[in-house]
Amino acid sequence: MPLTLQTFSTIADAGAALKASGTRYLGGGTLAVRAANEGDLSFSTLVRATDPALSAIAVEGARATIGAGVTMAAVAAHPGLAVIARAARAVGGPAVRNQATVGGNLFAASPYGDFTVALLALDATVHAGGGAIPVEEFLAGRDGFTGIVTAVSFAMPRDGGFRFLKVSRVKPKGVSVLSIAAVVEEDGDGRVTAARIGLGCMADRPIRAKAAEKALVGNRLTADGIAAALAVAGEGTVPPTDAVASAWYRAEVLPVHLKRLLLAR
Amino acid sequence: MAKVPVQFSLNGSEKAEFVDSGATLLAVLRGKAGDTSPKGGCHQGTCGACSVLIDGELRLSCLTLAETCEGAEITTTAGLAEAGVLHPLQRAFMDGFAAQCGFCTPGMLMAAKALLDRTPNPTREDVVEAISGNVCRCTGYEPIIQAILAAARANSHNAA
Ligand SMILES: Cc1cc2nc3c(=O)[nH]c(=O)nc-3n(C[C@H](O)[C@H](O)[C@H](O)COP(=O)(O)OP(=O)(O)OC[C@H]3O[C@@H](n4cnc5c(N)ncnc54)[C@H](O)[C@@H]3O)c2cc1C
Ligand code: FES
Ligand code: FES
Repeated sequence: MPLTLQTFSTIADAGAALKASGTRYLGGGTLAVRAANEGDLSFSTLVRATDPALSAIAVEGARATIGAGVTMAAVAAHPGLAVIARAARAVGGPAVRNQATVGGNLFAASPYGDFTVALLALDATVHAGGGAIPVEEFLAGRDGFTGIVTAVSFAMPRDGGFRFLKVSRVKPKGVSVLSIAAVVEEDGDGRVTAARIGLGCMADRPIRAKAAEKALVGNRLTADGIAAALAVAGEGTVPPTDAVASAWYRAEVLPVHLKRLLLAR
Repeated sequence: MAKVPVQFSLNGSEKAEFVDSGATLLAVLRGKAGDTSPKGGCHQGTCGACSVLIDGELRLSCLTLAETCEGAEITTTAGLAEAGVLHPLQRAFMDGFAAQCGFCTPGMLMAAKALLDRTPNPTREDVVEAISGNVCRCTGYEPIIQAILAAARANSHNAA
């Protein structure tokens, strides 16, 4: 089926065009154009907005706002976002990163969505249609979402306060076996006061490891201190089986990699 | 199907084409602009054979819609040689047997050019990272990595 592209200079006009049936928003196109090339017949019109606000990055004080059209390469190269750059660099190879957007990553099905895993640990806010909702809530309801995400924002973690790991079979690039992001806050005594852990490839989309987060609080980041969290790391996960790994394998190695991530100093 | 006018520069010469709306840049370069140097391997973003530079950035032409390239500067392998003289990367690939069947070569060359344009003296690790989105089924990658490093050395030699 022929594909048509509609380009609008404003988000509002593009949003109005998306109300028609058979339309889909075009970010960088690494998934949308790929789907069209593959013969996906669920859409015949791609809609994009060229509003420069979509490709803006603002790091003001302790808060970062990244436009939905910002590419992984732009995130990785921005000096104000150095703390989280490794999560952007984890997405695909160089050409994919020059094209793949933050907005598109929010919609990527497993085994993709590595940057969104980071957004979960950062407790990011997703901005769309003048409103703002937590990324966790956004992900839960994304299948019914028909609008345009304009930006994501989050409090910048302190230097070294953001942990991220991606496990893949093909090095240096390769699809995830799983990815994990964590933001852990400790008191002066080294006891965890709060923790957020995002998991990729442990369900059909990125999810939080709520049970492990809870089990960390009050403990230290030592082998003994994290044992309880590792024991419940798989709670609530439904890992997929795909060409990269089986559900069983993902479940087996999750605690191993979570341990490495939490004990890394 | 609706035709859309698109203007871009291809290896320094101005092009104006009427393209099918929704056509990929790969289809337009090969089918309209007469440049068959970018190859269509997978049309899925996974092989890198269709890699080109758009405004100096490495991009996959199979996942890029031609209409989004209005006003852009596109560089392909067909534009590397100047006045019949091979680009240092091409010469290094030839000298180092970095091409066997040659299908991946145009994509490898563009990925390597994107690297050397920014990082003239790359480490081996930089090279491996730069071609990490490009698949080669023949060479085992080592000759390609060595050729890119050799081209970088030749460049810095000439500059000195
Ligand atoms: C070879 C290859 C390797 C890859 N490797 C990785 C990887 O390692 N890790 C990873 O996470 N991903 C990977 N991906 C997947 C993909 O590139 C990324 O997830 C990317 O971030 C998707 O963004 P995009 O802008 O290209 O999305 P698009 O293809 O433009 O869009 C994807 C979906 O999101 C919707 N969408 C996009 N932007 C918005 C918006 N602002 N508002 C509303 N809806 C929107 C689109 O309608 C579409 O349904 C890979 C893809 C390829 C082709
Ligand atoms: S044809 Fe574009 S990446 Fe394979
Ligand atoms: S030379 Fe044949 S694919 Fe690389």
